[in-house]
Amino acid sequence: MSDAKDVKMISVTIEGRTTSVPDGTTIIEAAKTVGVLIPHYCYHPGLPIAGVCRMCLVDVEKFPKLAPACATTVMEGQVVHVHNEKAREARKGVLEFLLINHPLDCPVCDQSGECELQDYTFQEGRAESRYEEPKRFNPVEDFGGDVMYVPNRCILCTRCVRFMDDVAHDPVLNVSERGDRAFIGKAEGHDLTHAWAGNVVDLCPVGALISKDFLNKARAWELDRSASICTGCSQGCNVTVETRDNTVVRLKPRSNTDVNHFYLCEQGRLDYRWINRRDRLDQPQVRVQGTLRSVDWEDALDAAAAALAGRRVTVLASPNSTNESLFLAERIIARQGGAGVFRVSIGGEAPLEGVADLSLRAERAANATGARLLGYRDASEGLASSSADDTLLVLDDVLEGALDERIAALLAGAAHVVHIGTTLPDVIAARVDVALPITNHTEEEGTFTNLRGRVQRFLQARTAPGLARPSWFVLSDLAERLGAGTGAYSAADVFASLAGHHASFAGLSYATLALRGLPVVDAEAHGLTVQMATV
Amino acid sequence: MGYPHSSHERETPVLSKYFGDPDARTLAGWRARGGYTSLDKALGMDPVEIQNIVKDSGLRGRGGAGFPTGIKWSFMKPDGKTHYLCCNADESEPGTFKDREIMRWTPHALVEGVAIGAHAIYAETAYIYIRGEYSEPIRLMQAAVAEAYASGILGANAMGSGKRVDVHVHRGAGAYICGEETALMNSLEGRRGNPRIKPPFPAVAGLFGQPTTINNVETLAAVPHILREGAEWYQGLGREDNPRSRGTKLFSVCGNIARPGNYEVTMGFPFGEFLNDLCGGALPGREIKAVIPGGSSVPILTREEAENTLMDYEGMVASGTMLGSGGVIVFDDRQDMVKQIARLARFYAHESCAQCSQCREGTAWTTRILERISAGQGNARDFDTLLSIADNMSGKTICVLSDSCATPVVSGLKKFRAEFEAKLGPDHSRGVVPVLLTSNRTVAA
Repeated sequence: MSDAKDVKMISVTIEGRTTSVPDGTTIIEAAKTVGVLIPHYCYHPGLPIAGVCRMCLVDVEKFPKLAPACATTVMEGQVVHVHNEKAREARKGVLEFLLINHPLDCPVCDQSGECELQDYTFQEGRAESRYEEPKRFNPVEDFGGDVMYVPNRCILCTRCVRFMDDVAHDPVLNVSERGDRAFIGKAEGHDLTHAWAGNVVDLCPVGALISKDFLNKARAWELDRSASICTGCSQGCNVTVETRDNTVVRLKPRSNTDVNHFYLCEQGRLDYRWINRRDRLDQPQVRVQGTLRSVDWEDALDAAAAALAGRRVTVLASPNSTNESLFLAERIIARQGGAGVFRVSIGGEAPLEGVADLSLRAERAANATGARLLGYRDASEGLASSSADDTLLVLDDVLEGALDERIAALLAGAAHVVHIGTTLPDVIAARVDVALPITNHTEEEGTFTNLRGRVQRFLQARTAPGLARPSWFVLSDLAERLGAGTGAYSAADVFASLAGHHASFAGLSYATLALRGLPVVDAEAHGLTVQMATV
Repeated sequence: MGYPHSSHERETPVLSKYFGDPDARTLAGWRARGGYTSLDKALGMDPVEIQNIVKDSGLRGRGGAGFPTGIKWSFMKPDGKTHYLCCNADESEPGTFKDREIMRWTPHALVEGVAIGAHAIYAETAYIYIRGEYSEPIRLMQAAVAEAYASGILGANAMGSGKRVDVHVHRGAGAYICGEETALMNSLEGRRGNPRIKPPFPAVAGLFGQPTTINNVETLAAVPHILREGAEWYQGLGREDNPRSRGTKLFSVCGNIARPGNYEVTMGFPFGEFLNDLCGGALPGREIKAVIPGGSSVPILTREEAENTLMDYEGMVASGTMLGSGGVIVFDDRQDMVKQIARLARFYAHESCAQCSQCREGTAWTTRILERISAGQGNARDFDTLLSIADNMSGKTICVLSDSCATPVVSGLKKFRAEFEAKLGPDHSRGVVPVLLTSNRTVAA
């Protein structure tokens, strides 16, 4: 691509609003810049242009025919009408055509409430059908993976086909047959098992491709939605957490062209049930005469402070801990002496071939990069030496699974063990002196730093169980008691303090991060950036 | 006509001169009839010179659109890119079978025309895309191309000119839409035969993304004659009062007519004389009721309208129809126009590539309504619905298949409304409907 300054700007007027856009921009994208949404189905900014649904036909002055806004590039001085009678009548015609073979099963369709066919029909379609003939029928088909195909609802926009061909590079879908007998076919012997195949469900503008996992779970309008970050790996895909009655029922990708574009992998999408787990640590507990007993927060925090006071501290942190809580624990280390380590599990990489630098990453944790930038060491690179006088502060590390000898020794050898976590695994319960319940990432506010050093915020999506408190709140209170406080009263305050202490984060704040995030200032120096192939 | 009957004296056989003459099929026979002299001459000429001769001749595309051939060729500039020529021999328009006869009787005429066309657009490679059902023409074209290679007419040093001309014969798999030029290119590339969005036009990015020209068989077959006889000769053929349609045109005549077959007449020939004298008029005891003059996609004419029409691009437009591919379909008084139009609509519904919403759904919906009316279960609302659907289907899609389905419906309803009305039954709007388009789909258990 040439530099921005070399690009010729074109002035167009769309619905009476004049805008200036770079040469080569399509009318549909130019319209967005003046706040005009041109109804469309087959167009998607992440996919090649198909121009087949004919929904985005607009009336361009001096053109003999209506033009597809998705496939027509702007020309100097062009005047475009989106909502005049000619264009509206054409769309009305398309809507009628799309509905003649479409079952009116909205009451039982998962897409209902977030269906573009429903929305546009309601907005400008016919109130009554003129169709008196039988509807075409094709049976439902399991496409494998998490995807079910309901061909009767399909409008043949081919977004799914183009995604699998041009983005996933796994061309298993096709348009089979012709005329109104056409349907989306699947290559014989192949399933939608690609690690990113589930995106076809999001791309489908109607209820033709649906998620088996979400099938019949909830109606779209019953869901509460919050901006969040996927914790499945270090890519840091932006997601929307959707809850019904405080229970997470679905994760959807949230578009961010700097991170995940419009996509989310199957692993990230479907691994959410742990968020709803019921066996949470939901009361502060302190060991009294050999037995863990529930106590109130003040007593528990005092007990934790007493266990830590005057001792070096080894912090064993989960790489899914937030930047805020890692920072506060790091403040305690700075005050008391000691070291911080984390353990991160490793899995296979699964790139989305058609998008640069987007992959299910080997590092299966959201904030290992944040931990490194804040001075924590990867446990696989060796543990800091500790003595029997040290206190072990476990920050939501489950300790289960591969409990290697060194960590077992750490656990057994520490003078005291303080656990700050969402759960209380048996292996810790047996040894812990104080256990403080915290919220998981959907129950609090915070930030993660992805593998490219991009700091991204997430918001609270559900309420905390029992007496659990946000991690930054608990650690802030504890740090205060140990004389390492930062005087913070909110997650934003903690982050501001973090930005003041760590050069990598200098200048960043919740306000500047907003919902798309920003890279740490010295990402390059830390070797976090990729050399993007020039397009 | 030349085959199976000899030409009528009012015909002007240029392309059809050797129809029915098996000797013209061989290279030796074709050479004996003056073949390949034009190619020999053309290979020594500058492409622009050839383009100008074709421009001056007034030759226009014979596939249906009627775009001036010389101007189309002049879009191809010597830009260093690989250029392609595609010869559209898909001839899928119902009622059209003129290209078939050109390929059956004079395959070398087409090879010569294709080779000249390739040179005229700076292309070294040409493809002849032949409709899959045309087994005999495919066999003959392959034999002619093989002969031409064997004798050095085609290949790295075509006719000793030092220029490379390669011609490939490609067999289609049987889809109406592959006669649409961009669908044809997709099909040639091995993709599904779906029309492409224009722009980019083929002259900019066509076959394999390279500048491409697509010409009909009849167009290319006329070129050697023009080079041999001169642009002025071709200019001289046609009615005097219309300088825009020149030369001869092959018409394929089928249906309820005494002598069906291919006829070659000069542009602007009177349609009445054509039907009644050349083609022998209606069958004994019958009367012609309607005529589709240019393949199934053009508006239907009544007999009176047809008899007052001149057979060239402008003459047809003046009568509210189009010259199209020159496929003349004749209906006599026995024919049920509702059934005939329903049959046409069903064809388009079957052949729609399924890309554009209007075409995919509209062609099928139109068919269902027409077949319901035809079965005696129509109601008064259907006419308005049909016209409204036709309007929604016209001028809004990537290619014109959708418009082609709407055209006979609109003209049929306008001109033969009484026949439609006579079919209306009691109002069965919610009753049992005997017509159901079902999916051909089979699902593995």
